[in-house]
Amino acid sequence: MELIEEHPVLEQSNFRRGDKVGFTFDGVAMEGFGGAPIAAALHANGVRIYRETPVMNRARGFFCAIGKCSSCFMVVDGIPNVRTCVTPLEAGMKVETQRGKGQAIIAPILQE
Amino acid sequence: MTDFTADILVVGGGAAGLSAASEAASYGSKVLIVESDLELGGQLVKQTHKFFGSKDEYAGTRGYKIADILLDEIKENGQNVRILTNTAVTGYYMEDNTFTAMRGEESYMRIKARKAIIATGAQERLIPFPNNDLPGVYGAGAVQTLMNVYGVTPGRRVLMVGAGNIGLIVSYQLMQAGVEVAAVVEAMPKVGGYWVHAAKIRRLGVPILLRHSIKEAFGEKVIEGAVIMELDDKFAPTGKEERVSCDVICMAVGLSPTTELLSHAGCKMKYVPELCGFVAERDRTMRTSNPDFWSAGDAMGIEEASAAMVEGRIAGLCAAQSLGFPARMEKLDEYWARLDHLRAGEVGEKIRSGIGKVTCGAWEA
Repeated sequence: MELIEEHPVLEQSNFRRGDKVGFTFDGVAMEGFGGAPIAAALHANGVRIYRETPVMNRARGFFCAIGKCSSCFMVVDGIPNVRTCVTPLEAGMKVETQRGKGQAIIAPILQE
Repeated sequence: MTDFTADILVVGGGAAGLSAASEAASYGSKVLIVESDLELGGQLVKQTHKFFGSKDEYAGTRGYKIADILLDEIKENGQNVRILTNTAVTGYYMEDNTFTAMRGEESYMRIKARKAIIATGAQERLIPFPNNDLPGVYGAGAVQTLMNVYGVTPGRRVLMVGAGNIGLIVSYQLMQAGVEVAAVVEAMPKVGGYWVHAAKIRRLGVPILLRHSIKEAFGEKVIEGAVIMELDDKFAPTGKEERVSCDVICMAVGLSPTTELLSHAGCKMKYVPELCGFVAERDRTMRTSNPDFWSAGDAMGIEEASAAMVEGRIAGLCAAQSLGFPARMEKLDEYWARLDHLRAGEVGEKIRSGIGKVTCGAWEA
């Protein structure tokens, strides 16, 4: 994992890291720290591309880290357009690259 | 849908918001702090360097420790403070005097407060160049968040764009985190930040290329490098170019105040280049033209954390006083003396000029 192991000022305990939890990215099992943003866990696992834009199919990734720019939208547990830079990672999360605008989960009652 | 009420709503739990909340709560008012990030502290928690300024604003203390000091101070009046993190205030509906907020992605709430202090800080600017959308082009604040808050290495080799204080400080922080900084490019003919920050990275051998900018980024799907170009004294390219290999291009090209809520509240706004964008007109108590709204910190003009903390104190003091809490108004002059001290001299000239353009003696009753 691409984590900072040594730092002249910060101790490891200064980093906001919960317990290690497992999650999947596009079906691949990965580990990250619970409570820290999904985007940070992906970055530590070497993942840079978080979504593909609807029209030009351009790659998008991490950018603002404050939930404002929409660059890091992904599909999390089936829900599209999740701001992964401000959404905490939880054990067992299913994180997927978002292609296009993402497909919303339509409640069964609306499908009838 | 959940409903919250408070005497004073503080939007933003950074340097200004925490100071405002602490001050207001110390006089007995019930304060609600709403913060969009997962934790309080704003930009303070990302700063590993020791602050300048004056002793009153914790000069000599590292930024992330200042956040701890403010949080401890808030705990002293903990019975008066309620905190919502991971919650973004999404709007203010004047006709109902109601704020709307969103916790996470799926949970919504309404907030009614008698007074509000908007301490929403700033957001980063980006400059246009081909491929500036590729993964690997990151805001300087985002890079700080990854490495200093979550301990994640942002990349292997970084090109820094901008030699203001943020560009210089983040370059140094990158090296502290074990990341190579290829170069710092700066379009202006001189370094914008403090010399002491520039000297630190020069001593470590990082070139600061003045009159240089980024021409384009390249990479198949993610950033693999950049072409940098030399500029003449009219900012036109001289034709001299160089390819730089890097996996992160860090943008430190300035900030804009985050003012949407102030606009929702009908506050009189003005474009002030010295304060880096549209900001609210204010009186000496940091009150806006809407008598129920105060604001402080970068939302009122891009400055730095020390001044933001003092402005927050002023807003907290005066908002509490407006509700009849026993606020010690004699502190107002003391806080202004601190601000004047922080803004003294040549470095404060731009800020003083900007603030002069949006400060009125007093709002009409």
